[in-house]
Amino acid sequence: MIDYALIWAGLIAFAVLAYVVLDGFDLGVGILFPFVQGKENRDRMMNSVAPVWDGNETWLILGGGGLLAVFPLAYSIILPALYVPIFTMLLALVFRGVAFEFRWKINSEKNFWDKAFAGGSTVVAFAQGIVLGGLIEGIPVAGRAYAGGWWDWLTPFTVFTGVSLVIGYSLLGATWLVSKTEGELQEKARYFARRAAFGTLFCIAVVSLYTPFVHEHFAHRWFKWPEMLYSIPVPILLLGCVWVLFRGLQQEHGVRAYLGAVGIFVLSYIGLAMSFFPYMIPPSITLWEAAAPDVSLRFLLVGAVFLVPIILAYTGYSYWVFRGKVGNTKGYHG
Amino acid sequence: MDWFLAAVNLARLQFAFTVAFHIIFPAFTIGLASYLFVLNFLHYRTRNPVYLDIFNYWKKIFTLSFGMGVVSGIVMSYQFGTNWSVFSDKVGPIIGPLIGYEVMTAFFLEAGFLGVMLFGRQRVGEKLHLFATAMVALGTLASAFWILAVNSWMQTPEGYLINEAGQFVPESWPAVIFTPSFPHRLAHMVLAAYLTTSFVVGAVAAYHLLKLRIGHQDPKVNVDAVRKMFSMAMWMAAIVAPIQIFVGDSHGLNTLKYQPMKIAALEGHFESQKPAGLVLFGIPNEEEAKMEYKVEIPLLGSIILRHDLDGEILGLDAFPREDWPPMAPPFYAFRVMVGIAFLMLAVGITSLVLRKRGRLYDSPRFLKSVVVMGPSGFIAVISGWIVTEVGRQPFTVYQLLRTSESVSPVDAPAVAASLIAFILVYFTLFGAGITYILRQIRKFPVHSEDPLKTEAPIRAAGFVHPALVADTNKDSRSQS
Repeated sequence: MIDYALIWAGLIAFAVLAYVVLDGFDLGVGILFPFVQGKENRDRMMNSVAPVWDGNETWLILGGGGLLAVFPLAYSIILPALYVPIFTMLLALVFRGVAFEFRWKINSEKNFWDKAFAGGSTVVAFAQGIVLGGLIEGIPVAGRAYAGGWWDWLTPFTVFTGVSLVIGYSLLGATWLVSKTEGELQEKARYFARRAAFGTLFCIAVVSLYTPFVHEHFAHRWFKWPEMLYSIPVPILLLGCVWVLFRGLQQEHGVRAYLGAVGIFVLSYIGLAMSFFPYMIPPSITLWEAAAPDVSLRFLLVGAVFLVPIILAYTGYSYWVFRGKVGNTKGYHG
Repeated sequence: MDWFLAAVNLARLQFAFTVAFHIIFPAFTIGLASYLFVLNFLHYRTRNPVYLDIFNYWKKIFTLSFGMGVVSGIVMSYQFGTNWSVFSDKVGPIIGPLIGYEVMTAFFLEAGFLGVMLFGRQRVGEKLHLFATAMVALGTLASAFWILAVNSWMQTPEGYLINEAGQFVPESWPAVIFTPSFPHRLAHMVLAAYLTTSFVVGAVAAYHLLKLRIGHQDPKVNVDAVRKMFSMAMWMAAIVAPIQIFVGDSHGLNTLKYQPMKIAALEGHFESQKPAGLVLFGIPNEEEAKMEYKVEIPLLGSIILRHDLDGEILGLDAFPREDWPPMAPPFYAFRVMVGIAFLMLAVGITSLVLRKRGRLYDSPRFLKSVVVMGPSGFIAVISGWIVTEVGRQPFTVYQLLRTSESVSPVDAPAVAASLIAFILVYFTLFGAGITYILRQIRKFPVHSEDPLKTEAPIRAAGFVHPALVADTNKDSRSQS
């Protein structure tokens, strides 16, 4: 007997993680936009993500569509509960998405679409952080539906996780820029990356210390023998990633710093996943309760087994085609 | 006014608004992606530079509309959950995997190769560039396949069981995907996208031909490209418009078989009749269930729908009152759609006559009417969707799940606030986007240089180091 629900929980978790580390850097580039002056610098920042951003955002659609397909109950409880942050995120995504094309239509230093790109990216990150915080704090459920009001998600903790994700994405964005740019802009990106790294670590520490006190279930994961044995390596590996990140920042070329930042995200994510497991919506709905019938899970799994590796291959190919430092040619995009 | 205070109606309005805005972009990009592939392929085969010039011209417009399609599409994939959570819970096991396949086979394919198609010609060479263009076109068609499978299942559901939690559970996937209305709907929509694109391309070419007539003799203007575009668009109109009318008719007959209430609504029949006339126009009075100011041709309704002089056509009165769809929106929208179809057919036929006489490019009256017809495809597409979606009411899953029982437990103020936000943001941003597209369209197509030809020595087999490309990057995009 194959546990399809568990396999799918892993796959959806992978899609969301892929989204976070990929769209995270292009959102981060947007968050850093206001701190970099000069049209030429900003053109370069934009060009470093232009060919790949909509592929990155497709993972978000896979996360949403996949959740509907394989965990319809979770989808239909989480989205109404987080109605306001979800719609805020969607509208902000529209702002920053159109800015990719629209900003090239204006040829002056002052460009409204730069603001739309920066503002949109920041709001997207903040709203996603709130969604994360809201999930950690838990969602009241009655029967098969959300049983709360439309502002329940707003708490000091969710605001904190919102800010955390803005800082975290700016770390991804800054390290991405270190790998894609040269000269003065790269120096700036290094400076941002160091700042953002300290900020990110602080936020991770606060969330990690707070989370175990939200639900008893979370505390057991982290402070109860022998379950601790699984969780202890996470913070240790995380420190290793921090070391890789700071070493990478000293290099001229390569993506080591970015990979270090990705490692920090992956480990934080694994830490959260370990806290949640086996719940989809803590503290009431497990992943098995939320899962669609096996016949649906199986049908989509057949496709995923073949298609996801192909998707990863041509996504990788696209990154390979556009590898290396971004030139400052304006003709690159118009 | 009470109608606007109910969360379910606000949620319906929001869905209608966001999906109507969204459909504009795919309707255009499905056709345009295929067109770009044809152009790229023709250039590859014939070596005629005019095809690459046209490719480069429409590429920029494709980028703008594709971007808007992507971001308005992300909204759709989350709106099922935010506003229609009960529907999502019940129907998720059926439509969810289909949407999952759409993401995996279509969206990733489009997004993955779009970058290469737009920016990568000089990096990957012409064969891979052609391949990337083909993948983008294939992606748009795959997307249409899956999302129309979803929609068709909601219209004519088959292949399901209902479990103890009240969820629809797939019993047979082929039956779920290939429902009775699906082949008709898919053909009708893809042809609609092709017609929409043809009329936009035709209108842009006609506009430039008209400008050339009034003495625009700029040597940079690529007259060949303008004429080629116009000729290609008019061939499409002449060939596809009659096919579309035929497909539309068979889709209608299919609907008569599976959704007779929808046909009653769009034909304007409150009462069952034998034989039935064809209502050309009227004003439906839904409270008293009668058609006012009716203009009707006797017998024609039976002839069209039953192909029989004495065929019976059921009116809404043959069905329970609480299952009636609203009549006015499908009734009016259907007339708009059919009217546009025949105007398109007229343009197609006229183009054949003019082409035969050798006057395709210089009949100012014809050119002007083609310009006017430019947006007609979009109007027809939105009208068609009003016919089929409002005609499905008051159900989300036809005859099985009511719209009023599909909605999220979200308060009306939340739905109202998000609806207003969508209206403001969409009109502002997509308004700006459409302005940029129009501005782009006003520019003449120019002679562009194929970077692969002029910079041939730099490109060895396979890849080029980006540093080498950096200074040869004088792609035609820089002129925009």
